[in-house]
Amino acid sequence: MTRALVNIPKQAKRGETIEIKTLLSHPMETGYRRDTMGRAVPRDIINRFVCTYNGVEVFRADLFPAIAANPFLTFYTVATESGELKLSWTGDDGETRTETATITVA
Amino acid sequence: MSLFGAPRVRTRGIMALAVVATAAGATAPIMSAEIPPGERRSGYEFMSPETRAMQDDDSANPGTFWVLDGETLWSQKAGEANRACADCHGDARDSMKGVAARYPAFYAARSRPIDLEQRINICRTEKQKAPALAAESKELLALTAFVGRQSRGMPITISGDRLIEFLEAGRSLFHRRQGQLNLSCSQCHDDNWGKVLAGNTIPQAHPTGYPIYRLEWQGLGSLQRRLRNCMIGMRAEPYEFGAPEQVALELYLMWRARGLKMETPGVRP
Amino acid sequence: MTRLPPMTATRRQFLIVAGGAGLAPLLTPAPAGATADSMAAAIREVVGEATVSEGKVKLELPPLIENGNAVPLTVSVESPMTDADHVKAIHLFNEKNPQPNVASFHLGPRAGRPKISTRIRLADSQKVIAIAQMSDGSFWSDSVDVVVTLAACLEDSPP
Repeated sequence: MTRALVNIPKQAKRGETIEIKTLLSHPMETGYRRDTMGRAVPRDIINRFVCTYNGVEVFRADLFPAIAANPFLTFYTVATESGELKLSWTGDDGETRTETATITVA
Repeated sequence: MSLFGAPRVRTRGIMALAVVATAAGATAPIMSAEIPPGERRSGYEFMSPETRAMQDDDSANPGTFWVLDGETLWSQKAGEANRACADCHGDARDSMKGVAARYPAFYAARSRPIDLEQRINICRTEKQKAPALAAESKELLALTAFVGRQSRGMPITISGDRLIEFLEAGRSLFHRRQGQLNLSCSQCHDDNWGKVLAGNTIPQAHPTGYPIYRLEWQGLGSLQRRLRNCMIGMRAEPYEFGAPEQVALELYLMWRARGLKMETPGVRP
Repeated sequence: MTRLPPMTATRRQFLIVAGGAGLAPLLTPAPAGATADSMAAAIREVVGEATVSEGKVKLELPPLIENGNAVPLTVSVESPMTDADHVKAIHLFNEKNPQPNVASFHLGPRAGRPKISTRIRLADSQKVIAIAQMSDGSFWSDSVDVVVTLAACLEDSPP
């Protein structure tokens, strides 16, 4: 099961900069490894991560095979208003996995 | 008096082992010195601050994924008996507290010690009437990680008269020279811990965090996998998963680490 | 963290990645030459004909890398992060992995703090470079030389 661990404060002061920590379970198969028969193991990585804040993109990452397995990514965003933060990871297979969190901004 | 004295363990049997070991030490100078109790350190203390931070923060520790999977499996009905672990054991936070810290444990029905993986599979096959989980399978690792997590912070405790002969077997294996390099575990981990070998500091080899997320594996693995890894590195024939030598070594290593706190799921280079 | 010796006033202070021009002092030529060139090409794809200056960016990697499979990295940039003056993107490159790109992070004034942490793979001892793209079109960079060794006891049997 592809799991995601997301660490976002539940509340913040308006204008405060908050840290978002993310960890996704994913092998990030580089495509450069060989199996015991000598065949190349096909590439299978998360190649894009997007964070939207009430629908507006506030952070985006293009990822390459050099990102370690079980990708760990932390970044910051300004707490502008209460609402929903949506985090999406997209793999080489085109599938997107999403986590959402609500934040209360006073 | 005893080289191996520990406050919690006072059985006659363990003192007997101490006498045997002291005598062995006197008559067999090839036996390396045990690490004095006051100098024992978990592998955690030999890691960089960054790797330690990765272990300490559940939301940065990939081992957490296996713990969460184990939590899900705990409540899943399985086998012909259609039972979940939770049906017999209730909330693991209560029932499994301290369990991993005292494994391997003596299992009377087999007259030998078994490790946690074997214990889980006994439940699987006998109580749930489900097939055993394969060694290093995602499910078995998830369950051992979940059960192990319930012992985090608790001191390792191995005790019991009936374990003596197996402890001695484990200790001899630990001290036995083997493989193309003719090295024993003890030569690195008793005699040369703290020194640097190929860019990594040699730890004392205490199994405080198992199953661990090993950066080298890019995944979670058991103590038996790690022991096989060591033996391959030493150019020795590794023991098969579940072999009696593996369990004897696990038992000895846990006993050697007694008193140190469990860290499951640990992160190690 | 290993840092490059400071450039002296007589040497070029910036990296020129003009088409066909020789590599600037920032890039030390690798023995085989191939991967340093592909890193330069990857940088050129992002930066175009612009100059990249050293400064404003701080790239942090551990001085001793315990395992090249998971190397903690933090990159941060000095910037007020206002609408008028902010970091648009931070690009990471490496010299000796099979591919020169590591990641590209796209920010904006809503980022608040232009600081990102992740874990990367490094196949060998090499240089890692971070280039920040500012809202005014300028590019700034930092680089770190790291030492990566193989684990002492590998799992796979030797060939």
